[in-house]
Amino acid sequence: MVKRTITTIKMLTQEKIKELEKKANDIRISIIEMLVEAKSGHTAGPLGMADIFTLFYFHTLKHDPKNPSWEERDRVVLSNGHICPVLYSTMAHAGYFPVEELMTLRKLGTRLQGHPHREYLPMVETSSGPLGSGLSQAVGMAIADKIDKKDKERFIYCFMSDGEMDEGNTWEAIMLAGKNKLGNLIAIIDRNNIQIEGVTEDVMPLEPFHSKWKSFNWHVIEVGGHDFLYLNEVIEEAQAIYQKPVVIIAHTIPGKGVKEFEKNYKWHGKAPSKEEGEMALKELRAIGERI
Amino acid sequence: MLNPKLKLNPQIFSDDVEQVPIRKGFGQGLLKAGEEDVNVVGLCADLTESTQMNLFADKFPERFVQVGVAEQNLVTVASGMAAMGKIPFCSSYAMFSPGRNWEQIRTTITYNDRPVKIVGSHSGISVGPDGGTHQALEDIALIRVMPNIDVISPCDAIEAKKATLALAKSGKPAYLRLVREKTPIITTEDTPFAIGKSEIYWIPDVGLAQVGIIATGGLVSRALLAAKELEGEGVKTKVMNLASIKPIDSEAIISLAKECSAIVTVEEHQIAGGMGSAVAEVLAQNFPVPIEFVGVRDLFGQSGTPNELIEHYGMGKDAIKEAVKKALKRK
Repeated sequence: MVKRTITTIKMLTQEKIKELEKKANDIRISIIEMLVEAKSGHTAGPLGMADIFTLFYFHTLKHDPKNPSWEERDRVVLSNGHICPVLYSTMAHAGYFPVEELMTLRKLGTRLQGHPHREYLPMVETSSGPLGSGLSQAVGMAIADKIDKKDKERFIYCFMSDGEMDEGNTWEAIMLAGKNKLGNLIAIIDRNNIQIEGVTEDVMPLEPFHSKWKSFNWHVIEVGGHDFLYLNEVIEEAQAIYQKPVVIIAHTIPGKGVKEFEKNYKWHGKAPSKEEGEMALKELRAIGERI
Repeated sequence: MLNPKLKLNPQIFSDDVEQVPIRKGFGQGLLKAGEEDVNVVGLCADLTESTQMNLFADKFPERFVQVGVAEQNLVTVASGMAAMGKIPFCSSYAMFSPGRNWEQIRTTITYNDRPVKIVGSHSGISVGPDGGTHQALEDIALIRVMPNIDVISPCDAIEAKKATLALAKSGKPAYLRLVREKTPIITTEDTPFAIGKSEIYWIPDVGLAQVGIIATGGLVSRALLAAKELEGEGVKTKVMNLASIKPIDSEAIISLAKECSAIVTVEEHQIAGGMGSAVAEVLAQNFPVPIEFVGVRDLFGQSGTPNELIEHYGMGKDAIKEAVKKALKRK
């Protein structure tokens, strides 16, 4: 595979990694607080993706929280809209809107809808929730940038879940991206192995996952979802590939950070009670102190 | 008589009136829209020629995306392109788009407010021999129920071209409903068309109309034929071409109801939820009058020639005349 010369390698120093770890923990604390206040929402996915979102919004992305409509920004499509607590929390901590606003999640009149809505919160690129359509929209963005010859100026990132790989629409998008050799498109899959009703391999097996993507002419990278150093390396690899779309299969731990919630599909679609929330916050604050 | 102000085709009632598929007007309109604006792009799901997008695709191959037989992808990729400033037209058969991809249209185009134009060709029963699976009789209902999308159903190829050019500039989501069969050319280049406006194509020779006929799409020509014969039989009518089903021209519909006190709607669509229902919604709230609906009565279609099917399912000229007489009696 031919690689593009990277002129903007963004190295991660030990100091920066510490800073990211601290930020990710703060983002997790906000996720728990907002879910407890909202009394409904998804817990496992947002906690599991907190490290990856932190890395993107505090290191990887070309963006400007004070000027969200900046034309040259990278585009981020969140396909599995139900993990929006992590998107909202990360965006708030990155400066897109006040952190206090997170407590309005899912309440009447809020900008923070139960699933993201662009009309209410214009700084998100797409409204999403119904699964399987985010990658198609990202493909459309990547094709548009190729037409406009802007495909070397910015990336189109699509965050997806493994559960939504059950959707036919996703595979239609995968085929088209492979056909059109969209080197400006990078998909990141939250491979946490759970969906609402159980473990993905029981509900609808995805394996062999890696070779499925590969056979559709994508460059496939697998990585653990919680190590900033490795994650950063694979993102740089993904950015360097310009002849094919790239998928990063990120193996994450659903519920990461709160032992009670980790690796348990029952935490896919529910919010912690007040007591469960207090327990989770205690655990996360202790982690914060250790960083 | 034909409304002289509208510069309609004087040959409309002659046996050898020019007949052109409505979808052809779309093809020509898209080509022109593409020439006028570099942001216009075309997407198709393996039906480029039969939806007439080939005219655009041949001229602007770099602005054309072939997505394969994948209608869910068709509209969602279009949404993504619209997010980057493009004005996407995506065409397929109405049965598949919006038939198969309704939720994708709702979430990623109308809810998401992206100015994608969904072009559903081969709508209605007149698809003919392909049979019931391919005859979209529910598409107006499916789309018009959604907020934030226009629904346009042109009556001939010339109007389809104007509609396409107007939609390219409208800046919002739209559904353009086309039929496959050749239909008589009713309008001319000088006939007015505007999104949200209707026009009265037929008026009584003298005096007020007794019944108002509101027609859309490929059946407007049959409504005009019915009106002409009725005039000869002493029944005065007006025929409205309601190409813009949404936004709907409420003012003109109410005014027609006030003049006639009886309305007949004519469409190649299920009666439930279609253009007639939209008219009924306007009148029930503003000026209730008896309404007769010409359309498909809660049935699926079948194979046959277009004319056979239109007659069989009660949407022909005689069925329209009968509906007018029934409406008259109910006044």
